[in-house]
Amino acid sequence: MKLRRSMLFVPANNPGIIRDSYLYKPDSVMFDLEDSIAITEKDSARCLLFNMIKKLKPLYKEAGVETVVRINSLDTEFGIQDLEAMVRAEIEVIRIPKTDTPEDVYEVEKHIERIEREAGIEIGKTKIIVAIESPLGALNALSIAKCSPRLIGMAIGGEDYVTNLKTTRSTDGVEMMMGRAMIVMAARSAGIAAVDSVYSDVNNDEGFIKEAQMIKQMGFDGKSLIHPRQIELVHKVYTPDEKNIKKSLRIIKATEEAMAEGKGVFTVDGKMIDKPIIERAQHVLELAKAAGIKMGGDE
Amino acid sequence: MKNARVTEEILKNIKDYENRKIYTSPFALQPEGTMEERENLKDKVRRDKTVSSLKEVIKKVGLKDGMTISFHHHFRDGDKVLPLVMGVIAEMGFKNIRVAASSFTGAHECMVEHIKNGVVDRIESSGLRGELAKGISDGILPTKAVIRSHGGRARAIVEGDLKIDVAFIGASSSDCMGNSNGVVGKSVCGSLGYAMVDAEYADKVIIITDTLVDYPNYPVSIPQTKVDYVVTVDEIGDSNGIMSGATRFTSNPKELLIAKKVLEAMLASGYFVDGFSMQTGTGGASLAVTRFIKEELIKRGIKCSYALGGITKAFAELLEEGLVGKIFDVQDFDLGGVESLTKNSLHQEISADFYANPFNKSAGVNRLDFVILSALEIDRDFNVNVISGSNGIIRAASGGHSDTAAMAKMSVVVAPLIRGRLATIMDKVTTVVTPGETVDVVVTELGVTVNPLRPDLKEKFEKAGIELIEMDELIEKAKFLVGEPKPIEFTDEVVAVVEYRDGSIIDVIRKVKK
Amino acid sequence: MELKVRAVAGTLESSDIYVVMEPGASGIELELKSTVADQYGDDIRKVVDETLNEMGVKAAKITLDDKGALDVVIKSRLQTAIMRAAQSKEFKWE
Repeated sequence: MKLRRSMLFVPANNPGIIRDSYLYKPDSVMFDLEDSIAITEKDSARCLLFNMIKKLKPLYKEAGVETVVRINSLDTEFGIQDLEAMVRAEIEVIRIPKTDTPEDVYEVEKHIERIEREAGIEIGKTKIIVAIESPLGALNALSIAKCSPRLIGMAIGGEDYVTNLKTTRSTDGVEMMMGRAMIVMAARSAGIAAVDSVYSDVNNDEGFIKEAQMIKQMGFDGKSLIHPRQIELVHKVYTPDEKNIKKSLRIIKATEEAMAEGKGVFTVDGKMIDKPIIERAQHVLELAKAAGIKMGGDE
Repeated sequence: MKNARVTEEILKNIKDYENRKIYTSPFALQPEGTMEERENLKDKVRRDKTVSSLKEVIKKVGLKDGMTISFHHHFRDGDKVLPLVMGVIAEMGFKNIRVAASSFTGAHECMVEHIKNGVVDRIESSGLRGELAKGISDGILPTKAVIRSHGGRARAIVEGDLKIDVAFIGASSSDCMGNSNGVVGKSVCGSLGYAMVDAEYADKVIIITDTLVDYPNYPVSIPQTKVDYVVTVDEIGDSNGIMSGATRFTSNPKELLIAKKVLEAMLASGYFVDGFSMQTGTGGASLAVTRFIKEELIKRGIKCSYALGGITKAFAELLEEGLVGKIFDVQDFDLGGVESLTKNSLHQEISADFYANPFNKSAGVNRLDFVILSALEIDRDFNVNVISGSNGIIRAASGGHSDTAAMAKMSVVVAPLIRGRLATIMDKVTTVVTPGETVDVVVTELGVTVNPLRPDLKEKFEKAGIELIEMDELIEKAKFLVGEPKPIEFTDEVVAVVEYRDGSIIDVIRKVKK
Repeated sequence: MELKVRAVAGTLESSDIYVVMEPGASGIELELKSTVADQYGDDIRKVVDETLNEMGVKAAKITLDDKGALDVVIKSRLQTAIMRAAQSKEFKWE
């Protein structure tokens, strides 16, 4: 499964940054046409991103960095144009902002499918991530999460969410707890990725790591990021420790052996191994591999 | 002496003493210029070398048309000595002077006028920048400029290839006899490493200062034994000019990424063991390496035995914390470096000869393990250009690049793959300053590239799981992004000659066709 | 496509290009300033020609201040400036 520990926001109007963002190896780069682009520059950012994605796609692909674009809401005059350009540029994922209901997704989906057809792109190729940015969206999280086969992830947009909740962000994030909980529960139920909000104090490594550890423990796949330097920090949080890796390797090895021998029930370290344990072990090894940890043998 | 004891007769009869001089009076055999007309015997030898003005001192040293004069560039962009002295020399009507500066910086644009007016007709230097560089590229100099590395310049002076008639040395403080340094006074610049060689070998040495202190001055970088005259002026330089923007800690993510990859390569090289030595050049990425190294030294409980070359605050702090044993300082790149040189006795000022002269009995570079260097261009054969821009125009400096690359066990050249639309990695560099066979590793944002001459390093890096990328692929990736530049067309006219550190000619720079 | 008003696009930051697009009486009038004019001046002119052709612009006065933009960036900024100058929103994404 594709990891989404780090999804780096990048404003789509800066040529140098668009050119370089894959170098920092986040799991995904989220080019932003929405909040970070001034109303007067929506057209130029869209045009620049369209041309640059077409040109740079092979570099992003080779580096294993997913391309995502945050479009403007379809309520605005920019949303449809964003889709027209980005689907044709064959960006991998469209991130829909401010999703409150499944209908918001259907509306986007309808346009994506039309554009894919017009442009001769395989139908269903363009994936979707939704951002929940209101209490209504959070309450509808489960129905949204299950509403489309294109949907691969659900993120929480913290700033708008707390504003709509009529509160502000605090250091311990108590105001985010309900929203985060709803989203991670919904995403997990639907079998899609759960992505946490940005941490905007770029220079506070300690605070960032603390929050990353918390959301990891809650079950999130990762975070949206606003600066390349946060990538390594969040990856470290998601890197399993040696003990965990070794145990996971033993589980996978025992599973393979049991399969080969046709055994249904087997144990590792005296514990019975069932499907969830195997899946968890596989995930641990994926994370370890992504962190560049070499796993030669089982010891 | 009354009643002389020795006569010619006596000497004639002692083997090998037939032609020796007989004692007559205490100061009869003084070198020229050290005596004064005084009544009293003991007052006849000069006890004060101060001269009231630059004009006066230039007359006294007997400067003539066609002579060679020298300057140092420790004040970098803040230098005020060269413009001041050259102004007086021009005003006095001298012609065809050869100016051998350790480098020319942005503070030296006045040289263009002096060349055009015939005051200066030859230039020798490590670097050429700004309008002077453009002018020389354009052929304003009637002769070819000579580009040397810092070690190469020291060698040329020591070996006599470059004979300096008069050295003009800006010093932050001096006493009346010429004991001078760069760390005391109102305008400090730190080490006077480049000027030390000039002081040692020039015929006449003039100290120019804005802080005349009581005798004796301390510490002594240039000793009174080498100094002919001392002149006080209003201001010799702006201390803040030594930073030139290049030495601040970077927050540029690409430079940090490159620095991280450099660190990985250093750790995997096998040379990163207790007692290793290193040098970093200017440029964001190479300076960031210094910061990253600190964490590793602490983590591993090891120490760097010495840091060499141009010194920054980052190294001064490592010295302070005991993570670096000693510093050999030929030049300071920021005021943190200057301060450390002033107060820390383990921070040793060294001359350019000590630093990098390839022909002395052993230079500081000879025991380097790592050097991290920046580059303007790097080519398929690992040749490095640090002197001319991709448009063919001279714009930077040779510095200690080739000296350190030649001697460090692992020389690392760092550069982004492209800058704006200009590729840094290419088929052929515009000018070769450092030959590819001395460059072991190139690090870009795309990964580590090992010179095929170093299979040992490659093997170690592979074992450590470092992301390696071949030179061919770098060039291809750069071309994918920026396209193929139109080749710059040059005329046959050579405007500058690039010497390798040993004095051999490694490349020439031609005039660009307009 | 016919240009109606003066329009600009892009920035003067490194790796970008600043485009001023003005309606012209006839033909293309191009003023190019670039930090990489010696190496890439011809390339830039080619991109201008291609982009104008693709968008059917026959008359324009164009001023470019290039800070080392890649071809793809130059093309984007020209396209945006043309759309703005033509006061059109019907962009063909191809």
